[in-house]
Amino acid sequence: MHSVSRRDLLASLARAGAGVVVGAGALLAPGTHAAALPDLAAVEATDLAVATRQALAMLGGMRRFVSRGATVFVKPNIGWARAPAQGANTHPAVVAAVVEACYEAGAKVVMVADHTLDDPERCYRRSGIQAAAEAAGARVEQVTAARFRRMDLEGRAIGEWEVYVDAVEADVLINVPVVKHHSLCRATVGMKNWLGLLGGRRADLHERIDEAVVDAAAFFRADLTVLDASRVMMRNGPQGGSLADAEVRNIVAASVDPVAADTFGVGLLGLAAGAVPYLRGAQDRGLGTTNLAALRVQRRRL
Amino acid sequence: MPRTNPALPRPASPRLRITITITRVRVAWQAFFLALFVFLGFVTTFSRLGGYPASILLELDPFAAAATAAATGSLYRGLLWSLLVVVATLLLGRAFCGWVCPLGTLQHLVAWAARPSATPQAVEANRYRRSQRLKYYVLIAFAAAAPTGIVQVGLLDPIALVSRSFTAAVWPAAARATDLVALKPPVVHLAWLIAAVFGLLVAIGLTRPRFFCRVLCPLGALLGVLSRFALWRIARDPARCNDCERCLRRCDAAADPHTYPRAAECHVCFNCIDDCPEEALAFRFAPTAGVQVDTPDWSRRGVLVSTFVGLVLHPAGRVAGAEGRPDAAVIRPPGSLAEADFLARCLKCAQCVRVCPTSVLQPATFEAGLEGLWTPVLAMRAGYCELNCTLCGHVCPTGAIERLTIERKLGLGRFQGQPVRLGTAFFDQGRCLPWAMDTPCVVCEEVCPTSPKAIFSKEVAVVGRRGETITLRRPQIDPVLCVGCGICEHECPVTDLAGVRVTAVGETRSRTAGLLLDRA
Repeated sequence: MHSVSRRDLLASLARAGAGVVVGAGALLAPGTHAAALPDLAAVEATDLAVATRQALAMLGGMRRFVSRGATVFVKPNIGWARAPAQGANTHPAVVAAVVEACYEAGAKVVMVADHTLDDPERCYRRSGIQAAAEAAGARVEQVTAARFRRMDLEGRAIGEWEVYVDAVEADVLINVPVVKHHSLCRATVGMKNWLGLLGGRRADLHERIDEAVVDAAAFFRADLTVLDASRVMMRNGPQGGSLADAEVRNIVAASVDPVAADTFGVGLLGLAAGAVPYLRGAQDRGLGTTNLAALRVQRRRL
Repeated sequence: MPRTNPALPRPASPRLRITITITRVRVAWQAFFLALFVFLGFVTTFSRLGGYPASILLELDPFAAAATAAATGSLYRGLLWSLLVVVATLLLGRAFCGWVCPLGTLQHLVAWAARPSATPQAVEANRYRRSQRLKYYVLIAFAAAAPTGIVQVGLLDPIALVSRSFTAAVWPAAARATDLVALKPPVVHLAWLIAAVFGLLVAIGLTRPRFFCRVLCPLGALLGVLSRFALWRIARDPARCNDCERCLRRCDAAADPHTYPRAAECHVCFNCIDDCPEEALAFRFAPTAGVQVDTPDWSRRGVLVSTFVGLVLHPAGRVAGAEGRPDAAVIRPPGSLAEADFLARCLKCAQCVRVCPTSVLQPATFEAGLEGLWTPVLAMRAGYCELNCTLCGHVCPTGAIERLTIERKLGLGRFQGQPVRLGTAFFDQGRCLPWAMDTPCVVCEEVCPTSPKAIFSKEVAVVGRRGETITLRRPQIDPVLCVGCGICEHECPVTDLAGVRVTAVGETRSRTAGLLLDRA
């Protein structure tokens, strides 16, 4: 038996005591749980459903946004008659995962729709979103003229305009955009995705596109943005076409700050927020922040 | 004691009994083929087409097959099915008219509904008239024209006519009435004209039963000529006949069953056999000569005149310009043959118009010359050619539009760098917003579907009216990449006369309409 010297005993006790103090402090610190939630969560995984669920979990779970019996409108990008591998639309696996999470959180009905640019039936079909969302239990419908109502967006470029009624009347609005290059806007991510809920002569909006995008984002305040960066269209957007245009990144990000989400998205395109005029405009109008360094950003790779 | 005495006849069953007569079988066949026609028309859209043989009824048409074969020296794919009808006619006479033809059935329905109840009037309406010769002259004119390359059979061929009429008028009306289409119901250019012709034919049928079939139908005429060799005919037994003329009451073919039945007119509907109280009429195998008329009632002069008319159609029609310089407005569907070959095949059946998902295909009026009436052209104001779509060639029964693979249409794989071009887009810098009015736009670049895009833009800084600096992007066309799909023209916000417009020059189907030297 070796004897423990008095000095050794004091050192052990000191270490143990420090451990108790630190542990107690950690347990007793106020508001630990809520303050630990990130502002933007990004998950990289080849299984996009898993990546989506993980990103949502990191934000606190879908129950944070969807309460029991709520009507939810999920707005993916179904604008083009392209297949998922080409990255022109939101990946169907991401859309389906969001829909499923809404139902698990107790949603009464989840609606999915988009006012497409290419032929509507072809877009819904080729994108794979109609099939995937319906399999997850969503109500997927084509937009019809009757469901648009003239509303005042009170914007700088958009005043009164035809707006898709189902999206406005839903309890919860979730934006599920895809990240793409765009010549005029530099990039199209979440905020530009709202133009898919407008009717009328949308081509005219291109005369003041940056302001129009911010107007739309200010009008449609999303409760949650789930960003599909699984196949990022690096050039020739927003239509794309060649598989060489779409870089496989397998990232799904989620955020409550739409400007932060878009900033993260354009970063994947190699652009700084300052180089994207509509992002600057959105920050100026107080819709969010482009300064990701000041936010709690959590990334995970599975 | 036994419950029933087997020596006594069994009492009639209380169930309803339907006697199976040949006329009822015929009605069932007519109903089936009319329903088939309607069904196939209904599914001839992008979302419902699947593997259905959408153009089978056109492929069964021997008149279309014969005309296109004479004009091109080849028989396209499914038109081989028409041999079935030829064989059936050689066996049974014009059974196609009475049992299969959807336009015939529609005419028959009208005749049945409008038939006078008093027998003498019904009989008078069904007497043979000399005007029934006209269809043979129509047939001869078309037949004479076909070897010269002029195929206009689609104007009067019944299957093409009814197909075109439904595409232009019936399906769009049904889509609007039932809201089965989302934001954009199909619109067919000048549909009213096509509908008016169809309506007129139906309306005449109210007073002259099966007028079209008797007087105008070139397919019926062709089958009538072939009926000369038919093995089975309707023949009258003069010994039994008492000349009551009741057989005429329902003879919508006006085939003279009461005297010498005309094999070339008879639709083999069996109404006369049903109606004859003396059983003097029967469907007989190779009846002896002399009991009926088996050749069409044409005159030599009539034959000569109609042949002449058919032959002069070539020089007369071509004067109206289908060869030589391409017409800027005539942009043909992807996969179309060169213009002369195209016109030698197009039946004007409008199947391509029906299936087109964006409704960009429209029946022309006279942009492509007299010959081009109701042939398909692209109208970018109505739609655009979806890059990844080849449906039009898929449903074309005669190969005027070839079947393309996506690989070939887009110029991928072994067709690398050689896509199918419909034409080329040109900017009208006097109307394009960034060029003409210093106003930002470039929707065209956004929607251009090729990768890399055929529309690119350059950023310029211009000085505005009040001395302010305006930065905007001005778009340009890369002619090497442009395939002429027209989505730029379609989406251009200058909607009346777009700031960028597609014309046919540069189309790959024509050797004479090229644009640049170094393009393949």
